[in-house]
Amino acid sequence: MQEFRLPDPGEGLTEAEIVAWRVQPGDTVHVNDVLLEVETAKSLVELPSPFEGTVEALLVEEGQTVEVGSPIIRVTGGEADAVESSPKEETEQSLEQEEGGGAVLVGYGVRGGAETRRRKPTTVRDAPAAEPAPAPAADPAPAAATASAGRALAKPPTRKLAKDLGVDLQALTGTGGAGEVTREDVTRAAQGPPQGHGRTRGSQAPALTQRSAHAAKAEPWTGGREERIPVKGVRKAIAQGMAASAFTAPHASVFVDVDATRTMEFVKRLKASSDFEGVKVSPLLIVAKAVLWAIARSPHINSRFTDDELIVPRYVNLGIAAATPRGLMVPNIKDAQELSLRELARAIEALTATAREGRTAPADMQHGTFTITNIGVFGMDTGTPILNSGEAGILAFGSIRQKPWVVDGEVRPRWVTTVGGSFDHRAVDGDVISRFLADVASILEEPALLLD
Amino acid sequence: MTPPAVTGTAAATQPIRLLDAEGRLVESEANAPWHELAAQLSTEDRLAMHGEMLRTRRFDIEAGHLQRQGKLGLWVPSIGQEGAQVGAVWAAREQDTLFPSYREHLIALHRGATMDQIIDIFRGARHAGWNPLETRGMRIYSLVIATHALHSTGYAMGIRLDGKSGTGDASTDEAVMAFYGDGAASQGDASEGLVFAASYEAPIVFFVQNNKWAISVPSTRQSRFPLHERARGFGLDAALVDGNDPLASFAVTRRMLDAARQGAPGYIEADTYRMGAHTTSDDPTRYRTSEEEESWRRRDPIARLAAHLREQGVAEAVLAEQDVEATELASDLRRRTLEAATAISDDIFDHVYSDPHPLVTEQKRQLAEFEASFGGEA
Repeated sequence: MQEFRLPDPGEGLTEAEIVAWRVQPGDTVHVNDVLLEVETAKSLVELPSPFEGTVEALLVEEGQTVEVGSPIIRVTGGEADAVESSPKEETEQSLEQEEGGGAVLVGYGVRGGAETRRRKPTTVRDAPAAEPAPAPAADPAPAAATASAGRALAKPPTRKLAKDLGVDLQALTGTGGAGEVTREDVTRAAQGPPQGHGRTRGSQAPALTQRSAHAAKAEPWTGGREERIPVKGVRKAIAQGMAASAFTAPHASVFVDVDATRTMEFVKRLKASSDFEGVKVSPLLIVAKAVLWAIARSPHINSRFTDDELIVPRYVNLGIAAATPRGLMVPNIKDAQELSLRELARAIEALTATAREGRTAPADMQHGTFTITNIGVFGMDTGTPILNSGEAGILAFGSIRQKPWVVDGEVRPRWVTTVGGSFDHRAVDGDVISRFLADVASILEEPALLLD
Repeated sequence: MTPPAVTGTAAATQPIRLLDAEGRLVESEANAPWHELAAQLSTEDRLAMHGEMLRTRRFDIEAGHLQRQGKLGLWVPSIGQEGAQVGAVWAAREQDTLFPSYREHLIALHRGATMDQIIDIFRGARHAGWNPLETRGMRIYSLVIATHALHSTGYAMGIRLDGKSGTGDASTDEAVMAFYGDGAASQGDASEGLVFAASYEAPIVFFVQNNKWAISVPSTRQSRFPLHERARGFGLDAALVDGNDPLASFAVTRRMLDAARQGAPGYIEADTYRMGAHTTSDDPTRYRTSEEEESWRRRDPIARLAAHLREQGVAEAVLAEQDVEATELASDLRRRTLEAATAISDDIFDHVYSDPHPLVTEQKRQLAEFEASFGGEA
């Protein structure tokens, strides 16, 4: 039996998120077959198998963040390989010990504070002390600060001061702007409750890390009073993008109800057509085509506003918002205006499949010019979307349901949807916005207009 | 009167190319002298060059896997740049001294460094993998960007002062090559090297692999003006060569080096592409498109030389044999790397200063203590 421990996939990184497993228990693997994908602070990488044999167990779930050095997969059979058999790395308790953070097998991830950290004869990999702050009990968030393990942030003079005063930086809650330990924190700690000769040791500390937070998810009302989830990675990027957009571009939102019955019929006919065999056809495809058609008639909808210029691309990089395992992503189809209906269908299919697998490359998300968000897939009728940062328009496409609709003075069941959207009111005025949305609606009412 | 416009770009120069992407010879009047130089390479030589590229690629891929499996701290892939390197190192003469940066795996192997020695650097087992006195003039990898532009220039100036160049006999006159990339070309040291090389007519050729990306910054942004044109401004002879064409790389380097031996330093910009990441710490999907990579994949130097060899009548079985050999070498390397002791050599401390130094002694003690903390004898 062989266990593969998470190596440092970058340069001195201490943890990585398991993004996707490419193998399942029972699979046969060969040396250098890709086992899984992990995402670090720096990159998304594939990890190749160091062994051959049969996968016995995946030891970590997708979505979990694990410390470097944690066992992640167990493989049986095959020729024993030396990767995991080094005498340094064994013991069952290592997982718990690594909760303290900072363990690295390779690279030079653990730095600084050599004295306290490294002298620890009995444990496998030593971990920097992650003890809760010895600060006064009134301190509201000791857990949050210690959760980030690794080396405590502090400026060199502060480190020097801490060393001189015998204060362990690792054990302090930083109050600086970036969470760094300040001079005052050190002075306070030096005057505060005794720390046992100023040095804290080892990893017997309660490990209030992400993983314990993760464990709490299964039982929503158990665990601590509050769950604290570090904002990082994709979530951080989403947050920054949303805030930048919402507080920069004045959003104007408009909506219109549409009888999309003919769109539904058109989709049905396309599906039956031999030309579209093997191609996924959905109402979203017609919406995308309608958007491209309407942009051609109102080019400023597809623009970006800077304080000096309104930049109007003569192309459309059409973004499709996608809910992915890693969070919201908006990959875009480059030069979508040049694509035939069939090519567009293929492009949407490829883009959504890639996004759903969480394999969207960052370059695929850059330089978008207009976005469609298909909130209908969540059963919503409509909403006021936030513009994808740097774009002037986003179209929200709601669910399509049969509803009563008045046709020639009679109430009839029709396939009805709502199209709406938000637009950068600095870039475009109400008349342009309304005309654009009316154009999209007219195509959904009568797709034959696309022939125009 | 308005002054004339100052532009930041020169007219695009076509790189010297003897083999096109399909491995066919590119014949033209301008190419004739280059073909004449390339004719110094027999079919066997070309086959051997192909073998070196193949072995380097397999080695490179295996090392990348080993890094992802935690056996190396870092890996620096050279995939895509083997053509530029093989041409350059075959053009160098035995008496020449070569100063690499850290991506010149093929050049190191050609001069007798072993795969294990290269691996040792990236395992962190040694500062430098080999003793340059044992690798036929191949100096150690320079990890600090462009510092060796100065070391190599100084070394070349020394050769001249020693009278080991400039006698007019190319078979004995010594010369120096410095290898770096488009990113390093932005460093001050790189410019200073050019200034001194030109001023002192040092016997040196700067071989710059423009692989288009300085980590995530495109060379078109760092160098608004073609690099080889820039070198002309410093007073060096300069050429632009198709870096994925081993024959062109050979011919141009041979001529430049022989001129350098007689006191005319040169500069070669090899137009190539880094197919992989900058290092294993880098994720190129964040800054470049897969279309761009694909367009360069079609210009692969190994496939190109293989096509040429087939045209020259080399049997498919011979090429296949090289492939098998390269794969076996990589797999052997894997086995040896896994078996290698994990202990860090004391050498890394012993060669920092010639005399004992208190800080180094303290570091050595700390490391020993750290190793001992694992409980094993390590």
